[in-house]
Amino acid sequence: MLAKRIIPCLDVKDGRVVKGKQFVQLRDAGDPVELAMFYNHEGADELVFLDISASNEGRNTMVEVVKQVAAKLNIPFTVGGGIRSLENIKTLLRAGADKVSLNSSAVANPELITEGANFFGNQCIVCAIDARLNSETGTYKVYTHGGQKETPLDAVVWAKKAVDLGAGEILLTSMDQDGEKNGFELNLTRKISEAVDVPVIASGGAGKASDFLDAFEEGKADAALAASIFHYKETSVASVKKFLKQKGVAIR
Amino acid sequence: MIGIVDYGMGNLYSLSQALKRLEQSYIISDDPGELDTTDGLILPGVGAFKDAMGLLKEKHLSDYLSRCAQTKPLLGICLGMQLLFDESEEGVLTKGLGLIPGRIFRFPGVTNEGVRYKVPHMGWNTLTFVNSQSALIQGLEPNYAYFVHSYYADLKNSNTLIAVADYYGHVPAIVGKGLVFGTQFHPEKSGVFGQALLKNYLRLVSQIDDSCSCGEEKC
Repeated sequence: MLAKRIIPCLDVKDGRVVKGKQFVQLRDAGDPVELAMFYNHEGADELVFLDISASNEGRNTMVEVVKQVAAKLNIPFTVGGGIRSLENIKTLLRAGADKVSLNSSAVANPELITEGANFFGNQCIVCAIDARLNSETGTYKVYTHGGQKETPLDAVVWAKKAVDLGAGEILLTSMDQDGEKNGFELNLTRKISEAVDVPVIASGGAGKASDFLDAFEEGKADAALAASIFHYKETSVASVKKFLKQKGVAIR
Repeated sequence: MIGIVDYGMGNLYSLSQALKRLEQSYIISDDPGELDTTDGLILPGVGAFKDAMGLLKEKHLSDYLSRCAQTKPLLGICLGMQLLFDESEEGVLTKGLGLIPGRIFRFPGVTNEGVRYKVPHMGWNTLTFVNSQSALIQGLEPNYAYFVHSYYADLKNSNTLIAVADYYGHVPAIVGKGLVFGTQFHPEKSGVFGQALLKNYLRLVSQIDDSCSCGEEKC
């Protein structure tokens, strides 16, 4: 049976992981490779690296990080952040990333999804969507540039379009829930998961193990991503997976 | 020495690194002459069947692979596995290498009962061993493996099936005929299990003394 995936997300700035300071047992908690291997050992099904570097130097450093990670890690990983061109996509995939995630650049230039998918296959192209609820209309709007810019796009409509363009997976982050630790945005996750026929990763809001159960059962997500609760050791990948297994969820 | 067949499709870096972790020497090449100096081949691949066959033909690799399959071990991974079969309905009906009888079909995305399901089949799925005598899975316990694919193999002969996964029906996950093997999943991305399977393949390669030398009588 196909397992639900648990995906830790690592924010990388200028080649260093930010927020991993709680890992006292690691020699260097800022080292992306060491942290990746730690999560792999804990049973992570996949990893996402989000490059939050603001400079070109930082971006180039990320390519080196990807190479180092690919040399060690024997599970799949996705790289996102600042990918603007087919050339960027090629560089990262050739460096060993299994998938790239496109966010602002996909909204600005939807053809980039198609170009990437044509070149390496749909399965390599993840469309990352940051969405926020508009309480007046009851709809969810897409935001870009790290949540700074509102777009006129409806999240469900955009998700469907992205899949039509060639995206092989949707990484959906709820900006309302992100950082709140009150659980994932189940309503929107379910809407998108039912609207598209590619896997959907729920992101934003994980606070405890049962939130993951809700994301899979109510949200119909195929995978769930979290950052802080794993980094700050509020829970571990292993204990979340143990809980889900006890609840009868297919877990590796 | 392992030869990774590079015909211009897919990400060879992860696979080469997996071999490196197993301390296995390898070359990455699109030249039949160079590949012929190796003891065993790995045919990776991500992308479309038709494009892949086109490139294999263009580089004279399809003839080479067909010839050497009798004497030199070959492992196809993901699309590389699908290429081993007779033909694929991906895009237009395209002939494959014809090393294992069968045809490649797309997941319909809907069951006979009308239930929709997601395509690609992406993520970790459990394997069931069908032929536990196969050298490829010797000493291994069935485990999770990492799959990413939208097409599956429909085997003509059930005796070529080594392991299956279940995704709205039986999905051949490991196949083999003689020295030709294929995995629909990515062993290089399938954690400890995938690494152990690759190790089995490398052991099998090292046990085959007869290395193929094309141009000579036996090829």
